[in-house]
Amino acid sequence: MTVIGRRRLLAAMGGLTLATACGSNTGRGGSGSGPALAQWYHQYGEPGTQQAVKRYAAAYKKADVTVQWRPGDYDRQTAAALLTDSGPDVFEVNGPLLDQIQSGQVADLTDLVAPVKDDFNQAVLAPKIWQDKIWGIPQAVDTQLLYYRKSLLKDAGVQPPQSVDALVDAAKKLTTGKVKGLFLGNDGGVGVLGGTPLFAAGLSLITEDGKAGFDDPAAARVLAKIRQLYVDKSLLLGAPTDWSDPAAFVQGLTAMQWSGLWALPQIAKALGDDFGVLPFPKDGAGGKPTVPVGAYAAAVSGRSKQTAAAKEFVKWLWIDRTDFQQDFALSYGFHIPARISLAKKARQLRQGPAADAVRFATEHGYAEPLLWTSADRNAYQDALSRIIKDGANPETELRAVLRKVDAELQRVKKK
Amino acid sequence: MSARTARLLGPQRRNLWFWVFVGPFAVGLGLFTYVPLLWSVYLSFFNAHNTVNPTEFVGLGNYTAMLGDDAFLGSLGTFLLFTAFIVPATFALSLSLALMVNRLRFAQAFFRSVFFLPTACSYVVASLIWKLSLFNGVRFGLANTVLGWFGLDQTAWLSTTSPPWYWLVIVTVRLWLQAGFYMILFLAGLQRISPQLYEAAAMDGARPGWQVFRHITFPQLRATSVAVLLLLVINAFQAFDEFYNLLSDARGYPPYARPPLVYLYYTALGRDQNLGLGSAGAVILALIIAVATVVQARWFGLGRKED
Repeated sequence: MTVIGRRRLLAAMGGLTLATACGSNTGRGGSGSGPALAQWYHQYGEPGTQQAVKRYAAAYKKADVTVQWRPGDYDRQTAAALLTDSGPDVFEVNGPLLDQIQSGQVADLTDLVAPVKDDFNQAVLAPKIWQDKIWGIPQAVDTQLLYYRKSLLKDAGVQPPQSVDALVDAAKKLTTGKVKGLFLGNDGGVGVLGGTPLFAAGLSLITEDGKAGFDDPAAARVLAKIRQLYVDKSLLLGAPTDWSDPAAFVQGLTAMQWSGLWALPQIAKALGDDFGVLPFPKDGAGGKPTVPVGAYAAAVSGRSKQTAAAKEFVKWLWIDRTDFQQDFALSYGFHIPARISLAKKARQLRQGPAADAVRFATEHGYAEPLLWTSADRNAYQDALSRIIKDGANPETELRAVLRKVDAELQRVKKK
Repeated sequence: MSARTARLLGPQRRNLWFWVFVGPFAVGLGLFTYVPLLWSVYLSFFNAHNTVNPTEFVGLGNYTAMLGDDAFLGSLGTFLLFTAFIVPATFALSLSLALMVNRLRFAQAFFRSVFFLPTACSYVVASLIWKLSLFNGVRFGLANTVLGWFGLDQTAWLSTTSPPWYWLVIVTVRLWLQAGFYMILFLAGLQRISPQLYEAAAMDGARPGWQVFRHITFPQLRATSVAVLLLLVINAFQAFDEFYNLLSDARGYPPYARPPLVYLYYTALGRDQNLGLGSAGAVILALIIAVATVVQARWFGLGRKED
């Protein structure tokens, strides 16, 4: 029997440690040819998406693209990774945010997008543009809608609401001992509504000339109506799953629910044609129906050592390969292709509530502007929480948010 | 071997082996704890958005911004309220459990294990059970089912601020998770009390029960009680997991029950990525914890020799 001495044991352990350290996986280095690129996606819930994006990457012959599928808090993971050299070369981003652009974390993609710029949904492309340069390529558009159960509205003698007042009234009438009128999320709409009520009142978060867009009595008025929903006990609160999941709606816990377009196939499967969709209804004479739209964008890391190869890859995938874009948007989940020409061609989006959703996104879609920073969003969301749940004075709360927005605008414009 | 080398290695090369075993951990501690800590203090004097490298010196700017931030001050208020609930509640519950288990003549080990077992459960898992099964706001949540038996309306436990039922959820989950651990500390303390003291008290006519507890047991548990109180306050300061998992969603976190660590998490590591400001907040919080601990320790005379 071989006796292992202390020195040999220590040497072996040291070697093992070194080998382990050298084997740390950065996501680079697949089996193909060309430069190695690491591409990151957040974890999509729809089965098949991961296999699809791996198939796209494998079809690219000019670089060896390795896909990383990242579960968990993707935004924070990428934010942390972009501070280091071991982050991705290509990644999808819920943005990019202005601070990310200003600190050089993402590369300029203007020359890639310019030839087809007009073919993108302009509402979702606008927040990807800073100082006339494009910093991300929208992949697929998502929007949110008001789903309503036709039979429940009919039984209660309620028409699909066309104004915020009608929404408040309908939610109250639809509320019974077992069913609530409306589900805006377990926090009463604080998280999901964002700027939607302001847009419905004809206002905005940031104006086109770069000022706070809700310094107007109409803002306080519409938020007071959202508070009324809470006071009337018309809102479903504390459901096992939140607004993004249609479970509460299909299980009959609520007659109306604010949720995403992605929930539409699940709702259609459960309820057949016993449902319809609406935009968030308008408020006041200057108001307009509204739906929020947004898109994850494909971006190239500013710290990538393969910037040229990475840009060439994103152009190939998100500009040239329209077949892959169509497949990505509609074969697994349910999203609107970011390119208008592709959205028009999509068979699944041509009829019923899906066609309505596409129309709402095109006619009434708004996206959070790039100048609306995370600090603004947090301050506004805190104010919304105090208005809806605590009955705080909307005017006082909004004045405090306006001060924050002004300070943030000064900060980001100084850079 | 030179005399100098021999001295460095120590008798029987003890110094060498000391460093072989302790060295890697000391390096790890320095690298992953003290270097980031010092870097964080350094960063707190700079503007650092989306970077861990200082970009612009702002002096005490981040500190004044943090101390003038209503949301941060509000988070300290949340902590104080939480401490006011959780410290006495855990203290009383764990002491009561310890007294009960200590008196058991049989199955003591079984009950000790039963009460200690929740300590092994993750805060995240317990929070999700509390949120999704026990205290969800719909009619089939356990708490609402019980309310239904008495003909009461269903309650949205985590979503209503008046009355603030969310405190019930937050406090009970932590009580369930930590009372068993402190019970073990009190049990150890109880078992150190000399039986002769109780015998002497009985001889002097002390009535068993409250009188014995007040004049013998509780004073004898002084050292354990002080340690438990210190640990409870520090743990309350570090509250994060149950708050975050009970109240946050993909879009954010409500302002009404946001402890300081959750606020700093969103400031520094959230989409804000304001690492300079977050560092300043972390330094302020660390100082508050240090001062509170020292004051509390002095107040209770921690470490002072028993008279």
